[in-house]
Amino acid sequence: MLPYFALIVLFPLLGAFVNGVFGKRFPRRLSAIVGCLTVGLSFLLACLVFRELLLLDPHNRTISFKLFTWIESADLTVDAAFLLDPLSTIMILVVTGVGFLIHVYSVAYMAEEPGYYRFFSYLNLFIFMMSVLVLADNYLLMFVGWEGVGLCSYLLIGFYIERKSAGDAAKKAFIVNRIGDVGFILGAFLIFQTFGTFNYVQVFERVSGQFPSPEMGFGLLSAICLLLFVGAAGKSAQIPLYVWLPDAMEGPTPVSALIHAATMVTAGVYMIARSAALYSRAPETLLIVAVIGVATATLAACIALVQTDIKRVLAYSTVSQLGYMFVAAGVGAFGAGIFHLVTHAFFKALLFLGSGSVILALHHEQDMLRMGGLKRYLPITFWTMWVATLAISGIPPLSGFFSKDEILFSAFRLGHIILWMIGIAVAAMTAFYMARLMFLTFHGERRQAAAADPSGHAEHGGHGHSPKEPSALVTGPLMILAVFSAIAGFIGLPAYLGSNWLEHFLEPSFEYRFLESAAHGEHGLTQEIVLTVIAVLAGAIGIAIAYHSYIRDRELPSRVAERLAGLYSAARQKFYVDEIYDRLIVWPIERVSDLVLWRAIDVHVIDGLVNGAGGLVQYWANGLRRIQSGYTRSYATWVLLGAVLIFIYYYLVTA
Amino acid sequence: MVPTAHYLVLSAILFAIGVVGVLTRRNVITMFMCIELMLNAVNLAFLAFSRHLRQLDGQIFVFFVMTVAAAEAAVGLALIVVLSRQKQTLDVDQVNEMKG
Repeated sequence: MLPYFALIVLFPLLGAFVNGVFGKRFPRRLSAIVGCLTVGLSFLLACLVFRELLLLDPHNRTISFKLFTWIESADLTVDAAFLLDPLSTIMILVVTGVGFLIHVYSVAYMAEEPGYYRFFSYLNLFIFMMSVLVLADNYLLMFVGWEGVGLCSYLLIGFYIERKSAGDAAKKAFIVNRIGDVGFILGAFLIFQTFGTFNYVQVFERVSGQFPSPEMGFGLLSAICLLLFVGAAGKSAQIPLYVWLPDAMEGPTPVSALIHAATMVTAGVYMIARSAALYSRAPETLLIVAVIGVATATLAACIALVQTDIKRVLAYSTVSQLGYMFVAAGVGAFGAGIFHLVTHAFFKALLFLGSGSVILALHHEQDMLRMGGLKRYLPITFWTMWVATLAISGIPPLSGFFSKDEILFSAFRLGHIILWMIGIAVAAMTAFYMARLMFLTFHGERRQAAAADPSGHAEHGGHGHSPKEPSALVTGPLMILAVFSAIAGFIGLPAYLGSNWLEHFLEPSFEYRFLESAAHGEHGLTQEIVLTVIAVLAGAIGIAIAYHSYIRDRELPSRVAERLAGLYSAARQKFYVDEIYDRLIVWPIERVSDLVLWRAIDVHVIDGLVNGAGGLVQYWANGLRRIQSGYTRSYATWVLLGAVLIFIYYYLVTA
Repeated sequence: MVPTAHYLVLSAILFAIGVVGVLTRRNVITMFMCIELMLNAVNLAFLAFSRHLRQLDGQIFVFFVMTVAAAEAAVGLALIVVLSRQKQTLDVDQVNEMKG
């Protein structure tokens, strides 16, 4: 008999199946109900599991369930089994909770689009795969979910199948992710070779047995961790594999919110937190994680400063915030990383959904330079997005303040002062570009009418002049997410305000990690408060600069852009990373494929072999066909000749 | 008693005549008769060995050969009749449509 929490996973699969197979004949309303209901039920069940977990003894909070034995071969046994511990429960709550809200939002957002049932089928399939990823109790099953969410991401980025750019973006996401996935699967194989199992708990038990102290230098454990990190960098869009995420904005906005902001892209952070027992014993790799994280956060924030496409700003912001999470994991504060993951899921989903509301109101206009003055028309979107903006900028007491501060303070406390300093700078940049987005979109006067392009929107002219807020299905999720963006921080209060509930709750999930014996000494509360004030000031300064540049003195940005023309255009062009990759990787591969693989090997070797075989047969046949003359008596001669030869042969052998 | 070798020589001569007939004659009926001649030359050899070795196996085999020859005659003559109707000729060299 299935325990009810297996249904968390199975409901979305059922929804995906029903909509995928029968959806074509469903009315839109039914597709929407199937899609939302299944995820909603999953969320309710996740809440039940969460409650059940809370009732258990704090040190023994795991529920596991084996569905069936998936692979059995000699030493290798892999179960399709679920592990519900604090970490995976928090993740499943976020996935199904935010997922449900975004499903509801999609009902209205996608209302005009063809392929409605297809959309909900993919979205449900995504929730299913994400649940598998999060709830799996071994690395191999996690990989199934890992690949599954990659597939759903591909399908949904390319949802607008008639647009070539969408197809290209989907392929790019898929291929870049594959590069990461190779690292992941190799890491998993190395784990199996080293520890003889894929199961988390067994691996962690054995690793704490075999490696009682962290590995010195670069060894086996570092190799495992580094390979897994390649996977995480692909999925969570870190340098050097982040390039797919901004392009992924080709997908519908709810997809950007769900997959490319709140859930899938955080899978890498989840995986590293899950593997805390391994990473905490490979300090070198951990440092690499932190450095990559902070570099990504900085680079993406720089690019976000000057982008004008509203969704691209948010995309680079996501990359940047994911960088923060990796910094947290990299300094060993896995709990802080997960905390930021949770709060980020709320406020970034909210920002994306809000931008979707704007895009919808303006009939698919995404250029912020052609927005402006929308606060009168879209009050709910305006207010909720400001909540999220202040949250991501780290303004107290909103959620982002607590989680970002937790990360920065952890970095400082654990002795990574440089990481902390860069983190503060990035926090200021974050506040700036988010405030810039808000000012450009909602404040000032409307610019769209002035810049209306002559080709399109003629028939939308009437609507275009008074954009209005979409239905309650859009604003409802916005408001709920705004509430959570505001209050979610209270699950992780800093030491000077109380106790960090999330940290304590997650503790059992990290029990096998290597704990340093307070080598860095105790830091006083005063110090923490000072650091917090600095972080908040950084955010406030960022917003203030944005206010000055985009409200008070609007000529300032263009003056700065002129002064720093080189830097400005480089950032506008995303530092030419795509072009560099194109030149260094894509172009050589294409040339080699064209000149060597195609024109040399395929044309000459492969085709040569095939045509040669045919030619040889033809050549011989041309000679041999003369034997078949059609004259009976010539056949008779051949028969006689054969008989005589056989006779001679036997005569010679027997003689 | 006639020595076995005589029978075998006669058999060989008859077989050779049959072979030469098949290879040189163009009339299909003549060729057919030459094949019969070869079969019977073999029969003669079987019988000679059967008597020489004092075993009945060879004689039994001759019955089989005669049966096959009878069947062959039935089928072969039928084919020849059809051929002559179709082509108005019995010359095998006129029938060479099956060349490669």
